[in-house]
Amino acid sequence: MKILVYVRQVPDAEATIAIVNGAVSLDGAKLVLDPMDEYGLEEALRFRDAGAPAEIIAIAVGPSRNEEALRSALAMGADRAIHVESEAALDPIALSSVVAELARREEATLIFSGGRQADWDSDALGAAVAERLGWPQLTWTNQLKLTGEQLTGRHDVDDGNESFTVALPAVVTTQQGLNNPRYATLPNIMKAKKKELRKEALAAFAVQAVVKTVSAEMQVRTRLRKILQGKDDPAGAAAQLVEILRTEAKVIA
Amino acid sequence: MILIVAEYANGKLSKSTAEMVTAARGAGAEGPVTILVLGSGVAAIAAEAARLAEQVLVVDSAKLAQYSPETWAAAIAFVASEGEGKLVLIGGSRSGREYSPRVAVKLNAPLLEDVIQLKREGDVTRAQRYTYLARVTETVEASAPLAVVSVKPGIFAAAQPAAAAAEQFDVDVELPELRVQVTGKTKSQAARISLTEADIIVSGGRGVGSPEGFAALVEGLADKLGAAVGASRVVVDAGWRPYAEQVGQTGKTVQPKVYIAIGISGAVQHLSGMNKAKTIVAINRDADAPIFQVADYGIVGDVQQIVPEMIRLVSKTG
Ligand SMILES: Cc1cc2nc3c(=O)[nH]c(=O)nc-3n(C[C@H](O)[C@H](O)[C@H](O)COP(=O)(O)OP(=O)(O)OC[C@H]3O[C@@H](n4cnc5c(N)ncnc54)[C@H](O)[C@@H]3O)c2cc1C
Ligand SMILES: Nc1ncnc2c1ncn2[C@@H]1O[C@H](COP(=O)(O)O)[C@@H](O)[C@H]1O
Repeated sequence: MKILVYVRQVPDAEATIAIVNGAVSLDGAKLVLDPMDEYGLEEALRFRDAGAPAEIIAIAVGPSRNEEALRSALAMGADRAIHVESEAALDPIALSSVVAELARREEATLIFSGGRQADWDSDALGAAVAERLGWPQLTWTNQLKLTGEQLTGRHDVDDGNESFTVALPAVVTTQQGLNNPRYATLPNIMKAKKKELRKEALAAFAVQAVVKTVSAEMQVRTRLRKILQGKDDPAGAAAQLVEILRTEAKVIA
Repeated sequence: MILIVAEYANGKLSKSTAEMVTAARGAGAEGPVTILVLGSGVAAIAAEAARLAEQVLVVDSAKLAQYSPETWAAAIAFVASEGEGKLVLIGGSRSGREYSPRVAVKLNAPLLEDVIQLKREGDVTRAQRYTYLARVTETVEASAPLAVVSVKPGIFAAAQPAAAAAEQFDVDVELPELRVQVTGKTKSQAARISLTEADIIVSGGRGVGSPEGFAALVEGLADKLGAAVGASRVVVDAGWRPYAEQVGQTGKTVQPKVYIAIGISGAVQHLSGMNKAKTIVAINRDADAPIFQVADYGIVGDVQQIVPEMIRLVSKTG
């Protein structure tokens, strides 16, 4: 069976992000493989470690920086990688047709597509791909087990969590807590350099972004930062804070 | 038609539905504001919805007794195309965020996710949304006769119910068979006050020390203030608190009038869930904790000493 793992290179959570000419600029920001994608990749690797006859293919669609994400995925253990290069930002609905097309071509039966993306704060890709392929989806999974072509597990829903069983094919999105992704070891990083990383042009897929970013603004709310010292006189500081919240901020009764 | 997919829980319409009504009215698209109620045995929900919209469409079917993104998407897409919808509004809940992409694909429509502002002019749908772990606000737009929008909860004011009820219509929809078998369900403990609807949130992190510390300090203060209870991921992962209380990137996004963070360091992933609170209060013994960078008020000190004193003081009214 073939498992596709969608990966992306995103700013590290602590990275400083700048707005240049009304658009987000990642110049100088530390970039990493999206942790949500890492959970999916790790899970695929575990399926293979447990004996599933799986070929794991890391895929990325987007600008050149995503090649780094694919290299990381190969170093963690993916068998090969496909990079559909595109300088244009594609919204998840447009992007999903590229991913679905790759899945058809590769005859994949399982797709991992991360969770809430650390850059566009979107979690739409997995479901959109599932719809295009006519497959079921399992979102926000935090426990998975593959038995033959049967996937069981648990995932979060609106008011708690659910256990499920589904027959493949399926699209799965992840959640922190699903697993602890492995680190790439130096020998594996070296080995990864020899693995196949195929480049394709987006033009071959006939897609266009439907949602366009018009402008971006940093979310800066100036905070008052009135911070009291409570080490020497905790009771006094507590009294002062309660008084401030009542009379100055007027947020408590 | 502007179609709103009703969100409800425990037999009552959720506040998010009334918020979507406000978003729909403010968007400026033509056509009646219509609420679509999906489920099984949903007459009471539909009656409630009828006081918020100009018309209510109901698909009441045993096949909808169990929520599934596939059946929901099929019903919504059918109704939206039959009713010549211009906008389809879906809640930014977990379920809404997982079936809205399916609806968009089925309708060959753009999807604007988690919007906090919405305008429609001609065929152009323009919206604002938070990106980069809520550090950036982006304006996005799409040009199409029909757009699907998921609406971030807690942003738009809830529309008030009218005295008169709008007309209700039953709709028959062909629904797909379920393919995912649900074999068990754990409901999160019903929170006293819903996090996404609360004006005051008291939230606790690892700094409260233990589940008992959480109960005494965080729940203790929340009870006195009539507040909802939130938690950091660390506290949830440790099993001290249910997942439903988690605030942050992988938990809930909240926007209360005041957010009181007790023993929370303020990691970016936590901040992305609460940095839109009107007022932020932090209590942490580490003066360099990042939470103080985003706090309006705070105390550098030991939560074990500070918070019991605060609880004592807020108990005394006036
Ligand atoms: C992909 C991803 C997603 C994530 N999603 C989320 C999310 O949704 N929500 C979330 O919260 N986190 C999330 N995290 C985790 C996040 O990075 C932090 O690890 C977490 O928020 C820290 O929780 P905390 O503040 O309770 O604990 P800590 O960071 O350990 O902070 C505890 C704080 O308590 C203070 N303290 C300790 N004792 C006392 C005392 N006696 N008196 C006063 N202060 C005291 C300390 O000074 C410290 O600042 C995510 C991480 C990743 C990688
Ligand atoms: N899926 C997407 N749809 C629309 N805009 C996006 C998407 N992903 C990223 N963007 C935005 O497009 C701009 C450039 O993104 P990128 O191509 O990732 O450098 C940034 O402002 C992103 O936030």
